[in-house]
Amino acid sequence: MNRIKNTELERLTFWQKIYLPEIVRGMGITLKQVFEPKFTRQYPEEKWTPEGSYRGRPVLVEEEDGERCVACGLCSRVCPALAIEVQAGETDRNKERYPVKFEINMLRCIFCGFCEEVCPEEAIVMSKDYHLVFQSQEDAILGKEKLLVPISKLRDRLEFLRQYK
Amino acid sequence: MHEFFWILIEALIKALIILTMVLLSAATFVYLERRISAFIQNRYGPNRVGPFGVLQPFADVFKLFLKEDLVPKSADKLFHRIAPIISLGVALAIYSVIPFANSITVGTGNAAHKFYFGIAPDVNIGLLFILAMTSVGVYGITLAGWSSNNKYSLLGGLRSSAQMISYELSMGLAVIGVLLVSNYFVSDKSASFVNTLSLNTIVLNQNGWHWNIILQPLGFIVFLVAAFAETNRTPFDLPEAEPELVGGYNTEYSGMKFGMFFLAEYGNMATSSAIISILYLGGWQLPFPAHWLGLAEGTIWMAVAQFLCFLIKIILLACFFIWVRWTVPRFRYDQLMNLGWKVMLPLALANIAITGTVILLIK
Repeated sequence: MNRIKNTELERLTFWQKIYLPEIVRGMGITLKQVFEPKFTRQYPEEKWTPEGSYRGRPVLVEEEDGERCVACGLCSRVCPALAIEVQAGETDRNKERYPVKFEINMLRCIFCGFCEEVCPEEAIVMSKDYHLVFQSQEDAILGKEKLLVPISKLRDRLEFLRQYK
Repeated sequence: MHEFFWILIEALIKALIILTMVLLSAATFVYLERRISAFIQNRYGPNRVGPFGVLQPFADVFKLFLKEDLVPKSADKLFHRIAPIISLGVALAIYSVIPFANSITVGTGNAAHKFYFGIAPDVNIGLLFILAMTSVGVYGITLAGWSSNNKYSLLGGLRSSAQMISYELSMGLAVIGVLLVSNYFVSDKSASFVNTLSLNTIVLNQNGWHWNIILQPLGFIVFLVAAFAETNRTPFDLPEAEPELVGGYNTEYSGMKFGMFFLAEYGNMATSSAIISILYLGGWQLPFPAHWLGLAEGTIWMAVAQFLCFLIKIILLACFFIWVRWTVPRFRYDQLMNLGWKVMLPLALANIAITGTVILLIK
């Protein structure tokens, strides 16, 4: 007869075979877990602050004298999701060009970061903003007024780009 | 005729109160289950709806009411509809024989009569009624599995019927030990007719710390395991084993029909907690002498204290049920059958033999 030797059942001791002491031991372990600290983050009250490497909502860098963007249109060209629309205009400032219209459709954006990578002026960067909720499709198309963010708030990302880009 | 009418009205009011209580307790147990399981897994669980999330089960029920009630095209419409009603009905019906506190005498002289806390707690077939009702409960699940016309549902239903029939035996045999002990402790030895099967009598006979858990430890373990199997809870939740059977017998149910199965599961948990506490943990008996609280036997405040005591016992037992569920993994089917027939049944028989012998010797 082809009998299997040393099965799991045979290796168990008597006390293990009658289940109950082992079940009680297991219940002790689960009871201990009840008093351990929890891993859950209570989201709306307790928000997470990402590191500089985080790719959140793409924004335009705003310096003291206005936006850095020169409306070259490279970001719009490279965007795989066709989310960015730029219209260039002339200005009296040193740079001569500025975007008359700069729109990012957040319903199309895939947060790939190509726009930031291709930008010659470091004018469009990915922010830490991940709380993106829109009530309608129109609300999701962000214009210049919503995209411009003061440079002081983007230090982490710019520092990260300088080190690793 | 006139008297019968008033009895009917009284029973109806009691039934309404108890029905509300059972449904509320089912909701509480859903909440407790979600919270305790979360704590065991280092999470918080539902804590948004209402203070500490206590209103979560009600939000769930409202959601279920609003959901579409789907019936599969090839399902047996009639039985598909009846099955959840049987499941929930059985879970609720068992409460009609459960005593919530000791009876008190109201009125004086000729008008005096006993007032029972419960619909019919002193009925002389109490325990038999419970065993019969749990057997009927099998139909709910089996019919649900069969009428859905879905192989996974059918497998779940079949498993449940085999499992419940197997464990009913050891459950019934474990109860015999309780009856023997209860009969031994009958206070009035001269009575020609002893109402042993009445749950109220069983509780009364556990007066003063001879709770059956102490006198019948083996029977308690057998009954506890059988109760777990009867209520289809882990480690015996094979009828609804999610990884194997999709959802088991309730795969093809949606909306409030699913909700009824859900409530029935937790209602069954409440029922079996109540039965275990009546048979083994002294039911509504206080765990300390009543004069510590300054209460006299037979007063309304004594009844309130007894009721609270019973409630606490039920809730603690329900917590125990939940705690076991989130600790012990599911049995394999052959292990389940081995345990039922080769371990639990002989243990229950041995329990009867030992109890009988001991009672004969000390009599």
